[in-house]
Amino acid sequence: MPKSKVRPPRQPMPLQEAQERVKNFTEVSLGYTEEHAILEASRCLSCKKPLCVDGCPVEVDIPAFIKFIQEKNYSQAIAKIKEKNNLPGICGRVCPQESQCEKHCILGKKQQPVAIGRLERFLADETSGSGQQSEQIPSSGKKVAIVGSGPSGLTAAADLALLGHKVTVMEALHTPGGVLVYGIPEFRLPKSIVQQEIDNIKELGVDIQTNTVVGKINTIDELLSGGYDAVFVGTGAGLPNFMNIPGENYNGVYSANEFLTRTNLMKGYLFPEYLTPIRIGRKVAVIGAGNVAMDSARTALRLGAAESTIVYRRTEKEMPARDEEIEHAREEGVQIRILTSPVEIIGDENGWVKSLVCQKYELGEPDESGRRRPVVIPGSEYEMEMDTVIMAIGQGPNPLVSQTTPDLAVNRHGNIIAEEATGKTNKTGVFAGGDIVTGAATVIQAMGAGKKAARAIHEYLMR
Amino acid sequence: MFKIVEKIVLAPSLKLFKVLAPEIAARVQPGQFIILRINERGERIPLTVADFDRSRGLLTLIFQEVGRSTKDLGKMEVEDYILDLVGPLGRPSEIANLGRVICIGGGVGVAPVYPITRALKQAGNEVISIIGARSQDYLILTEEMQAVSDRIWIATDDGSAGEKGLVTDILLQFIENNKPIDLVIAIGPLPMMKAVAEATRPYQIKTLVSMNPIMVDGTGMCGACRVVIGEETKFACVDGPEFDGHLVDWNIAQMRARMFGKEEKMAMETCSCGGDGHCQNQK
Ligand SMILES: Cc1cc2nc3c(=O)[nH]c(=O)nc-3n(C[C@H](O)[C@H](O)[C@H](O)COP(=O)(O)OP(=O)(O)OC[C@H]3O[C@@H](n4cnc5c(N)ncnc54)[C@H](O)[C@@H]3O)c2cc1C
Ligand SMILES: Cc1cc2nc3c(=O)[nH]c(=O)nc-3n(C[C@H](O)[C@H](O)[C@H](O)COP(=O)(O)OP(=O)(O)OC[C@H]3O[C@@H](n4cnc5c(N)ncnc54)[C@H](O)[C@@H]3O)c2cc1C
Ligand code: SF4
Ligand code: SF4
Ligand code: FES
Repeated sequence: MPKSKVRPPRQPMPLQEAQERVKNFTEVSLGYTEEHAILEASRCLSCKKPLCVDGCPVEVDIPAFIKFIQEKNYSQAIAKIKEKNNLPGICGRVCPQESQCEKHCILGKKQQPVAIGRLERFLADETSGSGQQSEQIPSSGKKVAIVGSGPSGLTAAADLALLGHKVTVMEALHTPGGVLVYGIPEFRLPKSIVQQEIDNIKELGVDIQTNTVVGKINTIDELLSGGYDAVFVGTGAGLPNFMNIPGENYNGVYSANEFLTRTNLMKGYLFPEYLTPIRIGRKVAVIGAGNVAMDSARTALRLGAAESTIVYRRTEKEMPARDEEIEHAREEGVQIRILTSPVEIIGDENGWVKSLVCQKYELGEPDESGRRRPVVIPGSEYEMEMDTVIMAIGQGPNPLVSQTTPDLAVNRHGNIIAEEATGKTNKTGVFAGGDIVTGAATVIQAMGAGKKAARAIHEYLMR
Repeated sequence: MFKIVEKIVLAPSLKLFKVLAPEIAARVQPGQFIILRINERGERIPLTVADFDRSRGLLTLIFQEVGRSTKDLGKMEVEDYILDLVGPLGRPSEIANLGRVICIGGGVGVAPVYPITRALKQAGNEVISIIGARSQDYLILTEEMQAVSDRIWIATDDGSAGEKGLVTDILLQFIENNKPIDLVIAIGPLPMMKAVAEATRPYQIKTLVSMNPIMVDGTGMCGACRVVIGEETKFACVDGPEFDGHLVDWNIAQMRARMFGKEEKMAMETCSCGGDGHCQNQK
């Protein structure tokens, strides 16, 4: 195909209007039409040495799938992605592309990079994520238990099933998906998409047992002695951090996990049709500035808060959330207070949050990482009236598995120690990956870890 | 799906279910609980395992209808299925031969205290039980408790059974008149557990209570169930539910239990068709 000199601009993502979308929980980004997708795909140079692929933790063959889009061969295109990535509909929506694949796209040097994530999403939606090989896979006779059904566990499960192993996923909650269902809100990642991807994985013969808390109903050792040949632990980083400041136990103070779980998993936004309540005040403060914080602040507005404010200790440059989420949050009216951090929560006579006392910071000398360290401005405390405070300052590893598997090595934070390339732990037959190993990271990194572990588990089983 | 195989109405708005859940029944220990969800739209409801039959794979649940979800549960019948049921959750009670122990159950709290009492008895302790209720009609598991106790005392608010008064009145008589007590375990409404802890504090008698804060996941993921134990914040679902009653911050516990008062009322009132909520219960 002859390349025209004038390249079309990066195709914008059609969005729900900000004023409209803050009133509903339906998806903010509407997705490319076929026309957008073809135009966007035509921008790709089909590089011989595609730099973009280096930026993708699972090495999706980006130029190849984009080439198929140019040819309108969507089933081949999705099959190409699925060679590396079982959850394209999810990754296309939530990968931080600006720091992964798109960051490395050669076009990004002079103009805007190819919208790789949006194209991935287009394909997944267009083909409902199908395109998996469907021929009968010969059984290996081996059984693998996967603990946790987040992206790392689901990916490991799919890959192992494709290799002929009998896979059982054990999930503590009543719905599989991990953070994809309890954390990331409907307006950013519709649960029907997650369900679709999970159904595709079930079609490979993977058995998912919900309501199963490993460490309580059974232990890793019992799984290994009870017929499983290997175990993969992908239990995530689900333990919410609090700040340990006075007043944190007043009513109206939530961990982001509680706030988002009540809203997403339990569908609290449909209360009282669904019976799990969620109380939201008029003025909401969210502490932190990652994806979790942005999701909480935007959810609060949708639940009817009049004001929703992000409170962050550093500056905009350091905010860990995806660029697009910060932009969308601002458009929706989320306020952002930088160089500010709470020191105390004040309650009223009924034990409800009344206000938040904050301290101001300024940027001091650069620290070892080269970032300028925020330092407290003495005497800068001030009080902000608030009736809800949401703590989104990170999560630690859940200890249920490690507590009941004393010979499984963990680091001083409680993260399971596993080899990066294989997910191997110190315990024979036990592999681990995702947030339980790395601490809170990204969906695609968790998937990458699941993939590597699946490969290593296969080798281990067939040795 | 978890089948209800037996249903007994113990007292007004107090019901007993036996539910088929063989894997959990094989594993559960006294002091542990489960979380269930009736149907797709339901809340996750934590309930203590009041008894278990490992050979038949049954769990006994005893619950009081206090709000919308427990009322919906109470309307379920034998042969009905509960959609989700997860457990066993929480840490088991530590059972040892300590000497003389006093087991106190108040209201529906008799249900969770029963398997612990039985285990303490089997471990060789001298067991004295005190059970309390509003009136005779609300007393549950009296015979069962009697069978696993050396002595049993009953207190009712109106004197319709046993002594008229509170469980703490009987407890104090014991403390003042008797030989040393090695452990008190008390399960019931917050004000009762607090009163027991206050009664034993001056005598430094080790006192365990079972906290039942509002919960969501029950696996340590959400922090809704936080309780303050001696200055430290703990998650009752994974660090408890049993804690040292002398270290519990009762004010915070009582304050947090009121968190969703308004919404709870609303959930009860959502339906006004006059069918006592039956319309919402149709599957
Ligand atoms: C609100 C929020 C927004 C986010 N936004 C983004 C984003 O936009 N882009 C992005 O790339 N990343 C995002 N992340 C991070 C990303 O979701 C995680 O890095 C990723 O989900 C980690 O995957 P995982 O498989 O390791 O674990 P998880 O997704 O945490 O799943 C672990 C699963 O294991 C289960 N489990 C835990 N213990 C047990 C046990 N003992 N027995 C059985 N099951 C157990 C849990 O219930 C859970 O379902 C976000 C995270 C949050 C919380
Ligand atoms: C570990 C644990 C074990 C429990 N075991 C039992 C048991 O064996 N039998 C039993 O009858 N109940 C038990 N409970 C309490 C039971 O879970 C609640 O009564 C139930 O969730 C209330 O739901 P609802 O929708 O019917 O009432 P709601 O409408 O939610 O509340 C009605 C009233 O109950 C109070 N309440 C709400 N949630 C709780 C709660 N989690 N604990 C205490 N009070 C609450 C509210 O403040 C309100 O006054 C236990 C709770 C926990 C945490
Ligand atoms: S999986 Fe994520 S990082 Fe990889 S190509 Fe797709 S959007 Fe980019
Ligand atoms: S680097 Fe950019 S232009 Fe080159 S193949 Fe990748 S997406 Fe296409
Ligand atoms: S109920 Fe969620 S942490 Fe205990």
